Amino acid sequence: MADEILQVENLVKHFPLTQGIVFKRQVGQVKAVDGVSFGLRKGETLGLVGESGCGKSTLAKLLMALERPTSGSVRFEDQDVFALSRAELRRLRRRVQMVLQDPYTSLNPRMTVGDIVGEPFAIHGDPEGGRRRRVRELLEVVGLDPDHVNRYPHQFSGGQRQRIGIARALALRPDVIICDEPVSALDVSVQAQVMNLLADLQKEFGLSYVFIAHDLAVVRHISDRVAVMYLGKIVELGDEEQIYDHPTHPYTQALLSAVPVPDPTRQGTPIVLEGDVPSPTNPPSGCRFRTRCWKARDVCATDEPLLQVRAPGGAGDGEDGGTSGSPHPSACHFADEKIVRG
Amino acid sequence: MTNTTDPAPGTPLLQVEDLRVEFRMRGSTVNAVNGLSYTLAEGETLAILGESGSGKSVSAQAVMGILDTPPAYVTGGAVRFRGTELLGLPEKKRRTYRGAHIAMIFQDALSALNPVHRVGDQIAEMLLVHRGMSRGDARKRAIELMERVRIPSAGSRANDYPHQFSGGMRQRVMIAMALALEPDVLIADEPTTALDVTVQAQIMKLLRDLQDEMAMGLILITHDLGVVADVADRIVVMYAGRVVEQAEVRELYARPAHPYTEGLLASVPRVDVRDRALTPIKGSPPNLAAIPSGCPFHPRCPRAREERCPDEVPALRDVTGTGHGSACHYAEEVLGG
Repeated sequence: MADEILQVENLVKHFPLTQGIVFKRQVGQVKAVDGVSFGLRKGETLGLVGESGCGKSTLAKLLMALERPTSGSVRFEDQDVFALSRAELRRLRRRVQMVLQDPYTSLNPRMTVGDIVGEPFAIHGDPEGGRRRRVRELLEVVGLDPDHVNRYPHQFSGGQRQRIGIARALALRPDVIICDEPVSALDVSVQAQVMNLLADLQKEFGLSYVFIAHDLAVVRHISDRVAVMYLGKIVELGDEEQIYDHPTHPYTQALLSAVPVPDPTRQGTPIVLEGDVPSPTNPPSGCRFRTRCWKARDVCATDEPLLQVRAPGGAGDGEDGGTSGSPHPSACHFADEKIVRG
Repeated sequence: MTNTTDPAPGTPLLQVEDLRVEFRMRGSTVNAVNGLSYTLAEGETLAILGESGSGKSVSAQAVMGILDTPPAYVTGGAVRFRGTELLGLPEKKRRTYRGAHIAMIFQDALSALNPVHRVGDQIAEMLLVHRGMSRGDARKRAIELMERVRIPSAGSRANDYPHQFSGGMRQRVMIAMALALEPDVLIADEPTTALDVTVQAQIMKLLRDLQDEMAMGLILITHDLGVVADVADRIVVMYAGRVVEQAEVRELYARPAHPYTEGLLASVPRVDVRDRALTPIKGSPPNLAAIPSGCPFHPRCPRAREERCPDEVPALRDVTGTGHGSACHYAEEVLGG
């Protein structure tokens, strides 16, 4: 699609599991990302939500070309990023930047804020008007005092440190920012500041975000579209309203029902899932969610449900499948809308 | 559990009064808890809500008597369990309350459990030491406890080490351990913060069920406004080591009477509401080595006024006549919206 700046197709990343020290034998593989496809549209925020171990952070590294995939492709403006030469990759890195979770460890404690935010210029060349001026400008853009350029990270609070990380990501005027849990280490009162800042910057600079987080409320707030991941796969994909108000995949429904809302009069009844997420080394056959799913039937163990728009009435799949008002891709044989909280 | 004298009727299960804790570091004093008071009734769930540095965890550790001194010093106040003052007790006496009457679980189960002992033995050890049970009885009881916290195939899992459990199961082991001596008060310090949301739902349900079964008072320490709304009967909101607001849960969410609580509610995104504008609180939580003068929230407060807030520490007072407390000079205005 022409309006998609980033296209991910059938992306797979398996990590080998080895035993022994000298003669390493491969005894299995961790299927961290196992066939993920989506497109990121220009100027939008795509939320990627899932629990620990679902592969969302590995996906972030693949999108940044920090890991090579086992198979599949990531195309940035129609170029396959894994086919690029080193020089081309370096040029790509100007356009795709990253903001990380932990504002305490993602900044070098021995570098001044000015050096941290200015470091991209050491690799990619100084900007017009000089590095110092641009760094001061960047600090101002993210709401920090430009006169603090000579301070060190420990002299800032968690929220301010996350702003430093954002300023660094903005330095090269990127088009896409991959945000990996950018607000989860922050206090509630500060988290909202950083989310509002990200939204303002998006408007101002026309940025596209991939926003990875485990907090469903945060993802709803910031995203235009949302992909829900489970064990290395996307199980449901839709715009924010489709996913949150008309979820059709049982996993999405369980996730949403489990989030307590900050209003004592509106607590739903959580769908409590049995057990834990299975190991990605040996995921269940067929549908990966079937071991914890209350709708699972025989077909779920044999046929893997594809991520596709399922017609109302569940044509071809099952008697009670399908979505009612708001069709969007769902990887469940029995996809059916369920109001989670009235 | 009958080694205390019967308290007078109406005595709260747990009463904390004007508690003060400071950390004496080289060159500076960190005032972590600055006059904290609350009560917990039998069978009640009290949530202590606060952000990092609000003193919520330190105050709980002071109640349990597990602060490291130095650097932490309890410099004032009282902690009464069924009327018995605990703070002045010699360590030997204090130990009889810890675990047996007041138990605690933590956010990080992996570091709260001993990595080199089997979990069954760790639970059994509590019973060997405190109850003088035989090894065999203690082990049997440990397995019963693991079943009680719904750990599947508890009999064989008792032989596993902590690292062999998932995060949620580990949390269950810690809960089993805390319940071993059938405490009257359970303090849960961010028990689900490190867990995924579906596992969080399992653990919160378990805690609620166990509380009903065992008629415990539960103190839930958290920063999560959602979890609080879901489980608490009453809430104490802490800021800079003090209570800024306390109320029954529905009352607090419907009619916050302190600008800080109001600000927190306006800054949380919600999973059940579309296009909600977030209004963050400006600035960051205060540095406890240099708490602002007057009302500690005044530098961040949109309602602060020059004439009182920077100089006069507001007292916690009942602002509705129904036990809704707020420590704001202008609480009536906050209530008015």
